[in-house]
Amino acid sequence: MRIKGLFSTIVLILVVIVLILLPFYIAPHNADFGGADGKAEEAITEINPNYQPWFSPLMEPPSGEIESLLFSLQAAIGSGIIFYYLGYKRGKKVTSSSI
Amino acid sequence: MKHYKDKWQKKLIKIGSFFVALMLGYAIVPAKAMHIMEGFLPPLWSLFWFVIAIPFWIIGIIRIKRIVIEKPEIKPLLALGGAFTFVLSALKLPSVTGSCSHPTGTGLGAILFGPFIMSVLGTIVLIFQALLLAHGGLTTLGANSFSMAIVGPFVAFFIWKGLRGKLSDKIVVFLAAAFADLLTYVTTSIQLALAFPDPIGGFTASFLKFGTIFAITQVPLAISEGILTVLVYQALQSNAEEELTALGLKGA
Repeated sequence: MRIKGLFSTIVLILVVIVLILLPFYIAPHNADFGGADGKAEEAITEINPNYQPWFSPLMEPPSGEIESLLFSLQAAIGSGIIFYYLGYKRGKKVTSSSI
Repeated sequence: MKHYKDKWQKKLIKIGSFFVALMLGYAIVPAKAMHIMEGFLPPLWSLFWFVIAIPFWIIGIIRIKRIVIEKPEIKPLLALGGAFTFVLSALKLPSVTGSCSHPTGTGLGAILFGPFIMSVLGTIVLIFQALLLAHGGLTTLGANSFSMAIVGPFVAFFIWKGLRGKLSDKIVVFLAAAFADLLTYVTTSIQLALAFPDPIGGFTASFLKFGTIFAITQVPLAISEGILTVLVYQALQSNAEEELTALGLKGA
């Protein structure tokens, strides 16, 4: 039972990895893998060439490196919380069942 | 306690059905994109989406307060629900269209706590990204919150409520999370098309244009999000039984 659960977990993780890698092989050749929000910005300019954003971000990451730092921090903090919780619960369960 | 819950469910169904009607009206075509950029919605539209989002935030805050008092043991689980959105929003993934977008992670929390609570947690994530990452924006917070933190969670919640018991829990969790993700971006496309109708084709032409940018891009990401949500949900099922029982989610 546990082996079966582990197996399906691994398969599911592999599917996610394939889904993430697949685009590099089947995307159009001119693909730049830029953000979809940037594409939307272009579309807006196309529809209404006179549109001017009326507000700018209060703070912009000074460089791409800093931006990636902040994004990885975001992911790290989030997964830290998730796995702290799961580990805590699991430890508690194992301890209480061994008594 | 029981009857109190029924009352809110009724209220929720009323509000929910309004949005479902709205979405069926506009959005058969799946569309996908990231959040609307700062300053990219005209002031009136910014205001409009804030006005719509605020009641959800208020109800959400009230419900968070209530759940923390009534079921203090699930407080850490609330943090997990928020953290899941936090992680997934940070992961900009490549897609078959050759551009990148990120999943939303709101389906899990909506299944665990209901859509109103998730509207608050999702908005907190959006504020973080708007303030520190120049991703999304403060003026577009109302609109982005409506798509990601309101429409997404409601979609997940209705799929969960509607299909639970009919299909295996895993499949329902997958569908709820994947469609919450997809419809978030359909909503973004609608919002942009409303604010920027095409001079010739009007709303429809614009919607198709934004929809193409966002929809197709999001499809593989929505599948990934569905799978990741199932994995976390399973981990909770095997390790956090008391909490899930307290939320009425154990078994099946």
